[in-house]
Amino acid sequence: MKKWGSLALTLTLGAGLVLSGCGGGDNASSNNGAAATSSPASTASAGASTQDTLVVGRGGDSASLDPAIITDGESLKIDHQVFDSLLEYKPGTSEVQPSLADSWEVSTDSLTYTFKLHPGVKFHDGTDFNAEAVVFNFQRWSDPKSEYKFEGDSFDYYDSMFGPDGARVIKEVKAVDDLTVQFTLNQPQAPFLQNLAMTSFGIASPAAIKEKKANFKNEPVGTGPFVFKEWKHNDSITLEKNASYWKEGLPKLNKVIVRSIPDNSARFNALQNGEIDLMEDLSPDDLSTLEGNSDLQKIERPPFNVAYLGFNFKKKPFDNVKVRQALNYAVNKQAIIDAFFAGQAQPAVNPMPPSLWGYNDQVKDYEYNLDKAKQLLAEAGYPNGLPDTVTLYAMPVSRPYMPDGKKVAEAIQADWEKIGVKTVIESPEWATYLDDTKAGEKDDIYMLGWTGDNGDPDNFIYTLLDKDSIPGNNRNFYVNEDLHKILVEAQKEIDQNKRADLYKQAQVIIKEDAPWIPLVHTTPLLAAKANLKGFVPSPTGTEYYSEVYFE
Amino acid sequence: MSSYLLKRVMVLIPVLIGMTIIVFSIIHAIPGDPAETILGQKATEQSKQALREQLGLDKPWISQYFDYMGDLLKGDLGTSIRTKTPIAKEIVPYLAATLELTAAAMLFATFVGINAGILSAWKQNSWFDYTAMIIALIGVSMPIFWLGLMEQLVFALKLHWLPSIGRMNQRDPVESITNLYVIDSILAGRWDQLWTVIKHLILPSIALGTIPMAIIARMTRSSMLEVMNSDYIRTAKAKGLSQFLVVYKHALKNSLIPVLTVVGLQTGALLGGAVLTETIFAWPGVGRYIFEAISSRDYPVIQSGILIIAFIFVIINLLVDLLYAAIDPRIQYK
Repeated sequence: MKKWGSLALTLTLGAGLVLSGCGGGDNASSNNGAAATSSPASTASAGASTQDTLVVGRGGDSASLDPAIITDGESLKIDHQVFDSLLEYKPGTSEVQPSLADSWEVSTDSLTYTFKLHPGVKFHDGTDFNAEAVVFNFQRWSDPKSEYKFEGDSFDYYDSMFGPDGARVIKEVKAVDDLTVQFTLNQPQAPFLQNLAMTSFGIASPAAIKEKKANFKNEPVGTGPFVFKEWKHNDSITLEKNASYWKEGLPKLNKVIVRSIPDNSARFNALQNGEIDLMEDLSPDDLSTLEGNSDLQKIERPPFNVAYLGFNFKKKPFDNVKVRQALNYAVNKQAIIDAFFAGQAQPAVNPMPPSLWGYNDQVKDYEYNLDKAKQLLAEAGYPNGLPDTVTLYAMPVSRPYMPDGKKVAEAIQADWEKIGVKTVIESPEWATYLDDTKAGEKDDIYMLGWTGDNGDPDNFIYTLLDKDSIPGNNRNFYVNEDLHKILVEAQKEIDQNKRADLYKQAQVIIKEDAPWIPLVHTTPLLAAKANLKGFVPSPTGTEYYSEVYFE
Repeated sequence: MSSYLLKRVMVLIPVLIGMTIIVFSIIHAIPGDPAETILGQKATEQSKQALREQLGLDKPWISQYFDYMGDLLKGDLGTSIRTKTPIAKEIVPYLAATLELTAAAMLFATFVGINAGILSAWKQNSWFDYTAMIIALIGVSMPIFWLGLMEQLVFALKLHWLPSIGRMNQRDPVESITNLYVIDSILAGRWDQLWTVIKHLILPSIALGTIPMAIIARMTRSSMLEVMNSDYIRTAKAKGLSQFLVVYKHALKNSLIPVLTVVGLQTGALLGGAVLTETIFAWPGVGRYIFEAISSRDYPVIQSGILIIAFIFVIINLLVDLLYAAIDPRIQYK
């Protein structure tokens, strides 16, 4: 027995000697021949003109496929293909348009919304979409004791958009007839339709939820253009064409495969090698390579984010408006954009992107002016600059609005040095970073950003700067009662023009108070094969693949 | 032998319990509010509080520990907070992916490493010896991250010989049965896919196997040199045996014991430490699974994931010890 073992060992290793020992050069060249006979690139790109499968490469995997229980963007991207909501955003914008609901009527007191549903729509499991299905979904989300709320589930977006249990905006959802559904609200909510259009409120098949129970989050069933096929965790999600999709002529593709490729450079390599057709989050560093390759195209996502520095009002002297304004004057935004964003960004003036309605373009930014900065510091009582070293928190992770926080922080550090403000940059690990800035004990100034969830200014200004958002997303501890009054009024106002005016007023107040240094609105980059058509990048980061085709 | 085996298995129990205590303490020493990290910036305070209660994070950690151990004894590895799926079910494909990659990497590492080591010893101080040892030195100090990207650049992007990422051709996949795609494609009789799967394995396993390959080569060389200078080899040579037989039959067996230890340790290290390779090559393995769990503070996954890796690691060590006896009958276990 033992002899056989050692004989086998001898043979294996001996064979190794023959192959590898006799001459390294020969070995390598014989491998050349073998591998060159079939190249993966040629199989991947074969028949590109009739290609009907789209392979998307992105940085992370979905957490779950039930749109109601997730809060991460990667999950929403898949759910957007599988589910339709009552309303949707017009591709490329944040404007609301009909989807599963063809039309709607609003009562004069803005408390009753009656939706007419699109007839003849079926879920992927063959059951009918109707008013009952809508009622079922909304009940599932709003009832904390729902038997369809499975272990570990929480309907965070429902709570945050339509109020938590005990303070719900929606009082009742009822089916008037098969294709009419009526929402009664407890109080008017201005962004109600905007909210309904979110992917999180995609309508799921009640039959499938009842049947699959907790497993629904792994095998989603909606009415969307693509049918869920398979999920290999951290690897790929496969979707197939919904042959009986209710929107005629769609989807154009037969199959969509979404792969998780965490490393930005590796993802770009895969695109160049033909293994994927479309990639998200291109590094600005790779832009020149992309532009030099005629087989590829650049896709720009409309800027719908803001990166900023926030002053911690708990710390002296940042409770002093003159100090904050002084530091605002001492940041050279254009230089930062040229150096670190490959030009794919615009200087931010207000806490919300210019593409959003209600943006106040009358507000003037603090220009880059070191003399003014020094003068303001002197007025605040610091003629020789700040006496203490300032702790500047710079993000340790890359985000669409801020690819490299530390480098940007270093540039700002150098500028501030010129007006006598010494800084030390700290970048603790991400979870600690969020924790520290939320507690506001360690940081003096912090860097952060935000990408809009829906097309409403409330989602930027109220969420980030209202006193109600302490503790939470208002990590400045900035409290301004006038601003608060305006923002709360704007939430209740139904007339969009009046709301826009209120948000414009809010931006004036915020500019004057300078709780932030708004830095940039970035244009996130995607890259695709040159023959990919029909992809309309969305500001919110989730787009339909249903219109995509290959030429 | 069997009583030794039993004893060794019994020793595993305190080792694994110690492991759980260490992992548990370390995780709870990491700063950062898990509820905030898990739910993201956009979650409401209310749902964060609910999550803390649900996870028992509001309890003292000692009682959290006993809760966890209680579940573990019942065979419950916990539920991932991020994906809300039982870990015991979720981890299987990840383990399989890592196993396949580790096996391929170690195959490459031992095969090339041992043969390079033997040849270097055999032709001591020749140009081959010098070259091989310089390569081994570079191999040990090579950053995997860089090596992986360079491989992609050369073999995928420039030469188009090999795919740069993933485990198989996703456009035309083979159904997962065992999650070991080499085996799955054989079971399905898909020879074209088998070839693609193997091609997908080449670059990442070279990236992952380079460091162990270099270590094994150096270890084999020094161990061989020692044996080659011993009396029995001189006798064998004097008997007029061919050099090939002397080296591969007589010398190799006795020089393999320290090499085997290294192979065992390296295999264990690769199982858990493949995060970089798995990231570069988009390989959905257990290293990345745990890494992502750490960055999203998915406590149950971190705990159970590390525990499983530790378990496999001690099992491999056990196997190595048993192999000693198979190779060298003088080693006896009491």
